[in-house]
Amino acid sequence: METILNILFSGVFNASTLFLVAAGLQVVFGVQKVFNLACGSFYALGAYVGITVVKGLVAGGFPTPLFIVPLIAAGLLLGFIGPIFERGLIKFVYDRDETFQLLLTFAIVMMIEDIIKFIWGTSPQTTGGVDMVYGQLKVLGTTVPVYNLIVIACSFVIAILIGYILLNTKFGRIIRATADKKEMSEALGINMTMVYIKVFTLGTILGTLGGALVIPATAAVSEMGVELIVLAFAVVVIGGLGSMKGALVGALIVGVLKSIAISTFPELEMLTIYMIVIVVLVIKPQGLFGSGRV
Amino acid sequence: MRILREVTSLKSFRIATLVVAALFLVGLPLFSGEFISYLMLTFFAYGITVVGFNLLFGYTGLLSFGHALFMTVGAYTAAFLTSTFSVHYMEIILVVAVIVASILAALIGAICVRYIKIYFAMLTLAFGMLLYTFLLKFYYLTGGDEGMRVLRPYLLGFNFSEIPKMQFLTGSYYLYTFVLLAILTFIMWKIVSSPFGLCLKAIRDNPEKAEYLGVSVRKYRWYAFVISGAYAAIGGALLAPAIGQVDPGLTYWTHSGTLVFMTLLGGFENFFGPLIGGIVYIFLQDKVMSLTAYWRFIFGGILAFIVIAAPGGIAGLVSSLVRRRKS
Repeated sequence: METILNILFSGVFNASTLFLVAAGLQVVFGVQKVFNLACGSFYALGAYVGITVVKGLVAGGFPTPLFIVPLIAAGLLLGFIGPIFERGLIKFVYDRDETFQLLLTFAIVMMIEDIIKFIWGTSPQTTGGVDMVYGQLKVLGTTVPVYNLIVIACSFVIAILIGYILLNTKFGRIIRATADKKEMSEALGINMTMVYIKVFTLGTILGTLGGALVIPATAAVSEMGVELIVLAFAVVVIGGLGSMKGALVGALIVGVLKSIAISTFPELEMLTIYMIVIVVLVIKPQGLFGSGRV
Repeated sequence: MRILREVTSLKSFRIATLVVAALFLVGLPLFSGEFISYLMLTFFAYGITVVGFNLLFGYTGLLSFGHALFMTVGAYTAAFLTSTFSVHYMEIILVVAVIVASILAALIGAICVRYIKIYFAMLTLAFGMLLYTFLLKFYYLTGGDEGMRVLRPYLLGFNFSEIPKMQFLTGSYYLYTFVLLAILTFIMWKIVSSPFGLCLKAIRDNPEKAEYLGVSVRKYRWYAFVISGAYAAIGGALLAPAIGQVDPGLTYWTHSGTLVFMTLLGGFENFFGPLIGGIVYIFLQDKVMSLTAYWRFIFGGILAFIVIAAPGGIAGLVSSLVRRRKS
């Protein structure tokens, strides 16, 4: 029982950050039809900036238990680098073949990886265990860091928020309309440029926020972006490209599977995930919740 | 000027250019430093890979983001045969690499070619990463992230173990690899200018019409997949002795990205584009790495520039310059 709970808990914790990055991937793919490999790099940037902010504030006498507030603020603010990439690079390839769009985001991945190395160096970085100020919780015999619970809660709130925005606000309706029929929404007078900028910013924020939230509980390395994007890729393939529900379910599947594999057959950790990705792509390429035509 | 233009368009002139280029490359180790020749050697191995890759990407219109998988199969074949099974004959290594990679490519390809565009790219990426995690986790078999050592192979039955390493690599091994590159490039030229190659182009440009005209689109895509996989395996098997050590990083998705990068840099619309891209990539990388540790940033910038402003790559830029001068 204890181990099962432990596995489940760490799986959901994995899933919560994976969901954020995958959701960023989905929203951009849904509207712009660009598979943004750079989502993982935004996640890495969020993590590094989070470390700098938290370390700087704690060293400056900021009350440690409140570190999560500036951390979230940093993640949110950092998302506004999104429009720089969107306006500076991505907007030129909207009408081009998917191949070139993919390669352009790959170029961004390469650039961000080196920007991170340039600013923060190559050695792994941590926040120095500030997350421990929240202590641990004993649940049914297992100990759980409270901070991880906070991350899960945050991710949960964000998931609900995204769902609310998409279903109940004007912006959400515009996003859904654009994802569905771009020409029609444009003909109805929607400013596509603004929609693209907003959507890309949203996608970036989800990535940077995910990185910022997770970082007190782990360590940041410069390759974390390229490592995470393949996981997020697995999530969206399993869940279905362009579907938010798919991102949520996919993240839970990948997150929990990963922690099951780590505690039972460590050799099979990622192997199982890629196997599932391939099986899903072969049997149901549109994923569990995708609606797109293949 | 006019005569010059007419001469350059002659077929015999083109062949002469190729012969001069080949002679230059053969003689290069005689007058250049060992390091230049060594870089050239890695280019030969990558050159074979990207020439095969472009059959899939440029000619058939399928973007594989996991093509380094087959390169890795070739490289690990060389490692297994030389270190584990003490088979040192390069010819046997190449044959085994081609067989293993072709079987794998036939299986993986049968699944992948059912899809195109982004789904094809994703599936190939997933297969590449599958091999990556396999090599990484089954360390008692593959050496894990340390990888495996590749011992010096015999070439055409001759044992060169007495010669210093760099002399071997920039001498006989250099020539051996170059000859293979030349032969395989020639075969690829024959493939793309054959009816088969024309069918592939038809499939790329308009699959529905090709199917309507009686071309079995899926089957032809599959053939192209297997051929390009076999090419990559030869490239990988030749690269392995040159680097001396193979590791799972060879099949990481960013390495597949490097292959796409080379092809795009040189120009995927031109037959020799991938070769141009390969040579420019390798020497530029060496140059930029010696100037700054942040070569990825610069290369990312170059890739972004090519994608946005010059999708035809270097070959495309040159030919548009020539065309502008003509008109």
